[in-house]
Amino acid sequence: MIQSSVSIIDYGIGNIMSVRRGFEYCGVTVALVSTEDEILSADRLVIPGVGAFRNGMDALLGLGFVDAILEKAHSGTPILGICLGMQLLFSQSSEFGKTKGLGLISGDVVEVPKHSRDGFNLKIPNIGWRNLQSDENGRSWKGTLLEDISPTDEMYFVHSFTAVCDDLHNKIAVSEFGGFNLTAVVQSRNIYGCQFHPEKSGDAGLRLLNGFIKTT
Amino acid sequence: MDIKGANLIKSVRLEGLRVLGQPNEFALDYYKQGIDEIIYMDCVASLYGRNSLTSLVSAAIENIFVPLTVGGGIRSIEDVYELLRSGADKVAVNTAVVNDPKLITQIVNKFGSQCLVLSIDAKFTGQGGWEVLTESGRERTGLDVLDWAIKGVELGVGEILLTSVDREGTRKGFDLDLIRLISNAVSVPVIASGGLDTAKDFVSVIKETNVDAVAIADAFHYRRLCVNDIRDEAKSEGIRVRHYDSK
Repeated sequence: MIQSSVSIIDYGIGNIMSVRRGFEYCGVTVALVSTEDEILSADRLVIPGVGAFRNGMDALLGLGFVDAILEKAHSGTPILGICLGMQLLFSQSSEFGKTKGLGLISGDVVEVPKHSRDGFNLKIPNIGWRNLQSDENGRSWKGTLLEDISPTDEMYFVHSFTAVCDDLHNKIAVSEFGGFNLTAVVQSRNIYGCQFHPEKSGDAGLRLLNGFIKTT
Repeated sequence: MDIKGANLIKSVRLEGLRVLGQPNEFALDYYKQGIDEIIYMDCVASLYGRNSLTSLVSAAIENIFVPLTVGGGIRSIEDVYELLRSGADKVAVNTAVVNDPKLITQIVNKFGSQCLVLSIDAKFTGQGGWEVLTESGRERTGLDVLDWAIKGVELGVGEILLTSVDREGTRKGFDLDLIRLISNAVSVPVIASGGLDTAKDFVSVIKETNVDAVAIADAFHYRRLCVNDIRDEAKSEGIRVRHYDSK
């Protein structure tokens, strides 16, 4: 039995109730946190979120959460960003002009391709269930939050922007879209992120949430 | 899943509602069968208010871990916020945005395109086109479905749920002309709804149109088909569907 807790940052953006329920299902104590002090005392932090990068970043800045998140990140607290929450971990986004992110993972957030590799128009947002694959560097999922995930498991994606890692070693899984491999799961030391919604990805997603608890 | 008060109901051409049972019992069964997403539509929302829907959604997310789209009676940014806060991932809008298209942009600016589904109830006019109906099919609008779909996407909707009122609940197969027209014209995913009788209808709408997803009510609610029937037929026809291990 895992004795541990997860704190989900409530900054008014995203379906936090489902994230909370997903972690509860994994048997951990879950808190929704909405003050700097609560963030600073978390065992693990989850940054949820959907929608536009700038709205998300503005909300974190407006509530004064950014310094607390960075302090936790640098002191080794495991942090998981989900969907927009993952994108916010990056250096910057080009959504509605350049917006600076948390800078915990080096790279940019850019539009998903509008045309497939062989030239067909793609429907945007990228909505639907996709499986995860190891990236070209073939980094093993063992010991990561993906250790109980198989390459046939499918996760639920809904996004119009995608993260591009400067350091390919931060990219531990990709998913295919129109012939391109989009960043699906990232890790840099204690910082984790997934583009899809594990809390909406059925049994496979719950295994990923459990993997985050188990391996951190 | 069409909801009236606390009940799951099913209609034919959006009329003649029949009560089927507790919505979340059906929803949980579909989740266990490996459904990809669940859509809740309160079809008499404007008459009864939406309280039953928010509590239905809160209860559903306790043990259903797939996306939930919720619609019916959404009139404002506050309504959207309340539904997302209770556990919906996306909201579907029809009547309110036909009356005030600016609401689309307001919702998208606040919550993002990915959470807004434009629900279009399309009725064949007899002159080669389709007209948008609102208020769960009770009101005509004079709006052309193709024009409205294109305008909705320009204003920022992330997805279109396209229901053929003429086929809805009839088991006569999808209106392929309607679905082809709209799915070819817009750059966002389109969900086809209305008319599925057998798994073959699933195959034909995927193969013969540019549609991205299929909504099924009648065939599942009356247990003529289960989710695996659709999945197996799709796989045998080379259509990619989500891999799912039923436990």
